[in-house]
Amino acid sequence: MSLTGGARTAPGTALLESEGLDVKISHVTKRFNPNGPDVLQDISLSVRPGEFVSLVGASGCGKSTLLNLLAGLEKPTSGEILTDGAPTLMFQEPALMPWLTAGKNVELALLLRGVPRKERKEKAQQLLSMVHLDRSYNQRPHELSGGMRQRVAIARAIAQERKILLMDEPFAALDAITRDLIHEELSRIWKETGLTVIFVTHNVREAVRLGQRVALMSSRPGRIIQEWNVDIPEPRRLDSPPVAELARVITDELREEIRRHA
Amino acid sequence: MPESSTTVGTTPVTDDLGQLESGLDNLETGSRQRPSLKSSILKLLSPLIAIVAVIVIWQVIIYLQWQPEWIIPSPKAVLDSLGAQADQEILWQATFGSIKRAAQGFVIALLVATPIGLALGLNKYLRAIFGPLLTGLQQLPSVAWVPAAIIWFGLSDATIYTVILLGAVPSIANGLIAGMDQIPTLYLRAGQVLGATGWKKIRHIVLPAAWPGFLAGLEQGWAFAWRSLMAAELIAVSPALGLGLGQMLDIGRQLGDMALVLGSIIMIMAVGVLVDRLIFSPLRQRTLRNRGLAR
Repeated sequence: MSLTGGARTAPGTALLESEGLDVKISHVTKRFNPNGPDVLQDISLSVRPGEFVSLVGASGCGKSTLLNLLAGLEKPTSGEILTDGAPTLMFQEPALMPWLTAGKNVELALLLRGVPRKERKEKAQQLLSMVHLDRSYNQRPHELSGGMRQRVAIARAIAQERKILLMDEPFAALDAITRDLIHEELSRIWKETGLTVIFVTHNVREAVRLGQRVALMSSRPGRIIQEWNVDIPEPRRLDSPPVAELARVITDELREEIRRHA
Repeated sequence: MPESSTTVGTTPVTDDLGQLESGLDNLETGSRQRPSLKSSILKLLSPLIAIVAVIVIWQVIIYLQWQPEWIIPSPKAVLDSLGAQADQEILWQATFGSIKRAAQGFVIALLVATPIGLALGLNKYLRAIFGPLLTGLQQLPSVAWVPAAIIWFGLSDATIYTVILLGAVPSIANGLIAGMDQIPTLYLRAGQVLGATGWKKIRHIVLPAAWPGFLAGLEQGWAFAWRSLMAAELIAVSPALGLGLGQMLDIGRQLGDMALVLGSIIMIMAVGVLVDRLIFSPLRQRTLRNRGLAR
């Protein structure tokens, strides 16, 4: 399945397999204007199957641009992106279709994937159960809270059965309690499904709380300047001391990076 | 369909996270309020106030004997005139004849306008080329086409349908285009991520997302179809065309029967209001309610 064409040819997939990777970004640079500045500069990142990688950075680091490139919504100016199949992407907004109920939103993903009509309803119900929304099948997006909508969006993303899930600051608009719970939800679903997740956020603690690996990006141009492995056992919470400690180290680096733009 | 590794079975709701989330969900989503029966009935009956007010003022004018009956007939005279037409079966023949023609013309207009609207909404070059023409046609009162249509098609149904189509098609197509313009980019991006391309994108993302604007275009298209039909019937009078409200109005004019003229006008308005109340208003309400846009 290819969204972008060129980047995801069969030899690319074979290459990924031989290297044991799900995502390989090699020396990717992105400019929106031929004479303009590099939004992303020489980005290289490899992600193994089933890995959870968090990308953090200040504003203007091109995090969202990188995800759009990975999702095939845009093309790199130079460099190469290989992914094992087209990834799915979750936005900061749940992006549910307001004319469909929660259940039908999930079913839309199934329909577009070619799941036969008869199986869709039951499958959608199962997926909603997975995000603890058993009773919300017939509710419309505007009748759900922000957290519930984002959980429907998770169920819809899972329904696509892609190997890679890209998340673009999906919980930025949620309140603290809701975010805590949805973190637990996402961690559990990630373990149960074995999805490869690339999670973009500006919240360093969130990045540490969720990721197995955290990559810090610089701003203008966006580059990956440092990576950390997160060896903190689950269950983690945003306020677990080891999470807070690593987050502080990364935040210091991030501040250093921001200061450079003063 | 083989089960893939990313499908997960039902999680028991008894787990801690599930309980926490369902508690929070219940706190964050209030109970939905349905309008009470009383307010629904009030809403249904309130237009009667205006009707009664008009009739009262009308009756007062009659009592004052400001103008002779043949210029301003009384409400009762108008009602009697309509009753007389009803006794001769003319009233219902004319009303249903007109409704049937307008409805047929509207359906044809819908079938013609939808592909035009989609094409112009999706393709900016087509839009740049044909958009102004469409808007020009929308600005032009379609009654202006009646003389031309009579020259082309004579006093036939083709003339009537031509005028209806030229009235309704631009409105419907422009409504669809406006609806497509107003689709938030987010839905298109989400659709793209979900793999909606080609016809599936149009069917599952573009058309439903553009529906509120499209519906507004359909309402306007119907209004234009109805008034174009009345204009056409008024001008193109021929036994071959059968009976319509426009023809009934013209008979009133020829006989100098003001009661029949006013009665015909009232019928033309009544059909318009009924179609809105029975078809477009419920559709509009449903659309707004479903999308959380109703106030």
